[in-house]
Amino acid sequence: MIDVVMPQMGESIVEGTLTKWLKKAGEHVERDEPLFEISTDKVDTEIPAPAAGVLKEVLVEEGKTVAISTVVGRIEEGAGNGASAPAQAEAPAPAAAKPAPPPAPVPQPQSDAVQEPFVAEPRQEPVASSAGPYPIPVPEPQTPLATDGPLSPLVRKMAREYNIDLRQVKGTGAGGRISKQDLETYMSAQGARTMAQASTPAPSAAPVAPPPATPMPRPQAPQARVEPMSIMRTKIAEHMLASKRTSAHVTTVHKTDMTKVAKLRDRHKAEFQQRYGYSLTYLPFVIAATVEAIHEYPILNASIEGANIIYHNEINIGIAVALENGLIVPVIRNADEKNVLGLQRSIVDLATRARSRQLKADEVQGGTFSITNFGSFGSVFATPIINQPQVAILGVGAVEKQPVVVDDAIAIRSVAYLALTFDHRLIDGALADQFTGKVKSILENWSREIL
Amino acid sequence: MSTDWRSISDMRPCELRDLGLLGYGEALAIQKNLVEQRKQQLIPDQLLIVEHPHVITQGRNGHAENLLASEEILERAGIAFHATDRGGDITYHGPGQIVGYPVFDLREWKRDVVAYVRAIEQVIMDSLAEFGVKAVRLEGCTGVWVNGKKIAAIGIHISRWVTSHGFALNHTTDLSYFQYIVPCGLTRPVTSMRELGSTPTREEVTAALKRNFAKSFHFEMQVPILTETFS
Repeated sequence: MIDVVMPQMGESIVEGTLTKWLKKAGEHVERDEPLFEISTDKVDTEIPAPAAGVLKEVLVEEGKTVAISTVVGRIEEGAGNGASAPAQAEAPAPAAAKPAPPPAPVPQPQSDAVQEPFVAEPRQEPVASSAGPYPIPVPEPQTPLATDGPLSPLVRKMAREYNIDLRQVKGTGAGGRISKQDLETYMSAQGARTMAQASTPAPSAAPVAPPPATPMPRPQAPQARVEPMSIMRTKIAEHMLASKRTSAHVTTVHKTDMTKVAKLRDRHKAEFQQRYGYSLTYLPFVIAATVEAIHEYPILNASIEGANIIYHNEINIGIAVALENGLIVPVIRNADEKNVLGLQRSIVDLATRARSRQLKADEVQGGTFSITNFGSFGSVFATPIINQPQVAILGVGAVEKQPVVVDDAIAIRSVAYLALTFDHRLIDGALADQFTGKVKSILENWSREIL
Repeated sequence: MSTDWRSISDMRPCELRDLGLLGYGEALAIQKNLVEQRKQQLIPDQLLIVEHPHVITQGRNGHAENLLASEEILERAGIAFHATDRGGDITYHGPGQIVGYPVFDLREWKRDVVAYVRAIEQVIMDSLAEFGVKAVRLEGCTGVWVNGKKIAAIGIHISRWVTSHGFALNHTTDLSYFQYIVPCGLTRPVTSMRELGSTPTREEVTAALKRNFAKSFHFEMQVPILTETFS
């Protein structure tokens, strides 16, 4: 049985009022699921369950005020959760909390979860939090990692952050359970090796703060303004570098005659705007052509996992959206089920909600191919970085009128450069050019009506 | 030199969103969405500033007897009613009130809910001081007070150390609306900046709050804007 205790929600706090049980005795509760609520000084706090199981005993009734660390209930671990065996010694076990008051007011640059002062610690959900800009949605198994016993959320989180295979770690806790110390011991042993090799990507080794051990030497009177990176900027930096380290980037560029699409767009622009309230851009045409070409060359919609190629059944197109201080790549799911109108609507919707930061987590995850429209900033062509774990990204340059030779005559045409960056580990140049040529050909010969 | 580096790196980003005049339910939905994103660390800390149309809200610990009017009477007076999950008892929001919803991850500041409430009070007191209002705390009565009258109410909810709900500062609030309730169960009078003869604009007060939040929580305030889209 796991004790559930009244947590200490602050230094000066000696007691708390249990205002509400969110589960009844006998009910099943997941680890980290809100179990009860406490109230201190106009603050209501949901307290998550320290373990999964059945709430066996409710020892403190609603409305009662008790001292911190008082046992308020007990959970029988493991009921309904095959993986766990009863183990009392690990971090979330309440007993451990008693002698551990919260850490001294200001610990060293606190990296998020280093301190685990008390039991019912509100923990972060074990959800991939990499959904930021240029997300790298590592397809994470729901049942996190293959180990024998239950793991504390802290250990799970550390393992995920530092990319540690827990099977390699020797557990010294009760029943061989892996503790935070075990991980640290393992990491320091590995650390030396990794440093020496300098090859293994250890992406988020220092998530936010630069290692305090080696601050950049700065002149006494700095001539520069120093500004910490935003969280988004830090993530973008990590993801961009991780992608460069992962894929063999090659970019191929096809000059594309957009005249037909341009004319169609000109013809319907006003009506489209009037009918739907937003303008018709080139982008939905490019997405539609890309999706069609992917049907012919599905490997562009794949990803690499170890020595396997994963062909995705869904075509989920990420579109890079520039923010003032960053970017985000919301995803149009099942883009092959949408026509130009539907695609344009999705683009407007996602971009608008990106603006107000109203995107849901799953709307920036699960992309299988990305498109970036640097043409809207005037760029003619660029070499985009692949959005991992995808294998290609299509960059669309500005559509500009140019003199071109058509049938030995000089004509004025609307021209755009399509730049495909592909992962040469998986995709050969010839294939990349066939694919891009296909996109080009669909756009050049566009005949479908859109209204 | 190293002190210099530390103090700069201690600044954390906080995005300020002024939602303008927005219904309680709509604002709550936005707030909840941001709380979820904050929990997943998709976004930095957020400070929402909003003004609500007339609404009476009741906290989890609210007592029905502190609502002095029936729902029909409220409806006739054009006042909406909302039950919520924040701490505290019943309260009133309405035009002329500056409502703030900080969505902060306290793990990045202090894991201390009481210190958090005290810090919010301090931010409000410091902001009021800039406009000549000397406000104080009242032992045992969370909120901000001037001469025994309540000028700002506080009610907080915390889940996984991420805060929601927040404070309501009476700027030019029509105080007669408080007659329908016993604010937070306290039979003490309320007041507003205007009643006290302090007449800065809403923008000036909001700017002061923003400055003082930045100071108290070591924030660098940012405005989330999207400058270019594909549309």
